[in-house]
Amino acid sequence: MSTTTFDDTPRIEPTARPSYLTEENTVASWLFTRDHKRIALLFFASITFFFFVGGGAAALIRMNLATPEGLLQPSLYNRMFTMHGIIMVWFFLIPSIPTTFGNFFVPLMIGARDLAFPRVNLLSWYVFNLSGLVVLYALIMGAADTGWTFYTPLSTVYANGYVFAAAMAVFINGFSSIMTALNFIVTIHRLRAPGMTWMRLPLFVWAIYAVSVVMLTATPVLAMDTFLLAVERFIGIGLFDPRHGGDPLLWQHMFWFYSHPAVYIMILPAMGVVSEIIPCYARRPIFGYAGMTIALMAIAILSFFVWAHHMFVAGISIYAGVAFSLLTFFVAVPSAIKVFNWTVSLHKGRITFDAPMLYALGFVLLFTLGGVTGLMLATLAVDVSVHGTYFVIAHFHYIMVGATVSAFFGALHYWWPKMTGRLYPEMWARFAAILTYVGFNLTFFPQFVLGYLGMPRRSYTYPAEWQIWNVLSSAGASILAVAYLLPLLYLGWSIFRERKADANPWAATGLEWTTPSPPPTHNFERTPRVSRGPYNYDPENDRFITQEGTPHAR
Amino acid sequence: MPVDVRRVPEVQYATLEQQGDTAQLGIWAFLVNETIFFGALIFTYYLYRMTYPREFAAAAKDAVLWCGSLNFFILLTSSLTIVLAINAAAQDERPNRMVRWLLVTLILGVAFLGVKGYEYYLDFQDKVVPIVDFEVKPGEGSAGELFWIFYWVATGLHAIHLTVGIGLVLYMLLWPIRRGEIGPAYYAPLEVVGIYWSFVDTVWIFLFPAIYLVGRS
Ligand SMILES: [Cu+2]
Repeated sequence: MSTTTFDDTPRIEPTARPSYLTEENTVASWLFTRDHKRIALLFFASITFFFFVGGGAAALIRMNLATPEGLLQPSLYNRMFTMHGIIMVWFFLIPSIPTTFGNFFVPLMIGARDLAFPRVNLLSWYVFNLSGLVVLYALIMGAADTGWTFYTPLSTVYANGYVFAAAMAVFINGFSSIMTALNFIVTIHRLRAPGMTWMRLPLFVWAIYAVSVVMLTATPVLAMDTFLLAVERFIGIGLFDPRHGGDPLLWQHMFWFYSHPAVYIMILPAMGVVSEIIPCYARRPIFGYAGMTIALMAIAILSFFVWAHHMFVAGISIYAGVAFSLLTFFVAVPSAIKVFNWTVSLHKGRITFDAPMLYALGFVLLFTLGGVTGLMLATLAVDVSVHGTYFVIAHFHYIMVGATVSAFFGALHYWWPKMTGRLYPEMWARFAAILTYVGFNLTFFPQFVLGYLGMPRRSYTYPAEWQIWNVLSSAGASILAVAYLLPLLYLGWSIFRERKADANPWAATGLEWTTPSPPPTHNFERTPRVSRGPYNYDPENDRFITQEGTPHAR
Repeated sequence: MPVDVRRVPEVQYATLEQQGDTAQLGIWAFLVNETIFFGALIFTYYLYRMTYPREFAAAAKDAVLWCGSLNFFILLTSSLTIVLAINAAAQDERPNRMVRWLLVTLILGVAFLGVKGYEYYLDFQDKVVPIVDFEVKPGEGSAGELFWIFYWVATGLHAIHLTVGIGLVLYMLLWPIRRGEIGPAYYAPLEVVGIYWSFVDTVWIFLFPAIYLVGRS
């Protein structure tokens, strides 16, 4: 594929140009911006809002489960865990890293001036907010109570809540995903700076590419699935309706055909972030760059062939079960390669335990634990025993919250100076990172125990002898809440009070650090010329070489 | 001779050529997504068709064959005319030939919707509209209604896509072409619209046999 050269365009002389933040200040200049960096911040505002809405629902869930009798009405409890799932999955986790850091940094890291289709990028934000309004409408009017998986015929016939609105919200949300993914794929193919070959791309860009491929190809299946569900819910008869010979299991197949890859939509960008942070803070090139890129693509492709591991007890044939179990084990191979490579990348490095690194190391540990318990669940016999228990809940929260949200905060701290032009208070940030790790484990490790003991998920009540584990979990959740709120305060403070950041405060090698912090509107004063791969760090001394080939000393 | 006002590419591109290439890649990527979207629906359809072959065949007999066939012909022809329009854009400095073929394409697109609308009217009279007015015909069983749900969902989504296509052609005529932006130097936007149009046509190539032909003998 071709690469971009801006030779024909006049060279912009280095001057003190205003940054993308200060170039224009009107409200309209934000709402109608085409600048990928501003759109990234718009997305950041939206998903932060939904993170705390979904978090509020989680807080109610954990409050309720602190006592066996529960605090909420059972029907309200059902609605809370449903909305927690829907909002966290589609309105925070899936868009989180791609729409914010992907949007902001993919063009910067490949040396482009913007994404390929800036208007589509802005439209994606509006569509996202439209779907957000629909889900808020569903929530405020009385929410859905089917669980985030919308299993039929519960969702089509028996559920009382606002299932139609919730399903439509998911349907509309998909368009935003698709537009963003399409933009990334085309941009990475066509707008790389001269010399930025595929094997010189930063791993974050590779991760965003892999995730975009999954988004583009998996989301339409969910779109069709939820569309058919909405039709059936709306008119009262449809393709999943057993009274007319429809197959309710078909819903599950199509749902998981999307929603298993969706797990990788949530984790792949996080893997990319960690692959940026670890070399920088260990001052070492990443170990096995080519293996990392192959592993990313392998995970993306394999993710399409494992969906029925969610249906081992749903009545699929035993042969299908065996096949899907085996295929699920295959996904562990590239995942394990990645964990191995991150770990080896630390070997003989000069590690500084700054906040982004703490978050990244937390990611590796939590991802490993989530992955290993995933293998346990992929084993047919174990899954039959713990299916539908808190073991499953704990497993996927380790991946989707422990790993992904840690990486999200890691990215936020790592790139904060570039995005805002300000440093952040390091001590507070380290404290928040450690608190996240402690709070997370305290919240979710007891749930492994509860699941092993047999506590079913989605139940508002439980036998009294399990209370101790539930109290531990709820206590952990309150610590986690503090750890998630804290950055909001000190990062907000840092915008006004902290020291200004220079172009490259972490002495990192990527192209995004060769332009001022915050960057000017079209990113670069001149077109970067890339002469080498990312991560040219040297653990022996303070020297590093940027991707443009200029040596620097820290 | 019309003046090319858009000699300058958008800021993120180095050349107009790169901008056009990128737009093409964009529409193909979008069509990957669209293919899977319709693919999921058609896959579902054949799954049920295999489960209930006799019921589906009985229900499908009530689909109005001549409307479907006529529309097949209309849409296939429209794909030809839009390609001729693109061809004209690539060759002629003057837009006349391109505009003529685009108008023919527009007329064919609207004709398709007209025939489809008349077919829907016939369907109403035939009482094959689930929930609103539905009568179980002999041999259909209860699975026959699944066929008709598929029919309405699939043709409805297809009609929406075609309406978008008509809107795009109209937009091309009223905006970039009228301003003289499309010509031999740069006609990528028209190509993008053409690729999309052909895709909508391709969907009908799959829907037409699925609805009107399979099991009718
Ligand atoms: Cu899965």
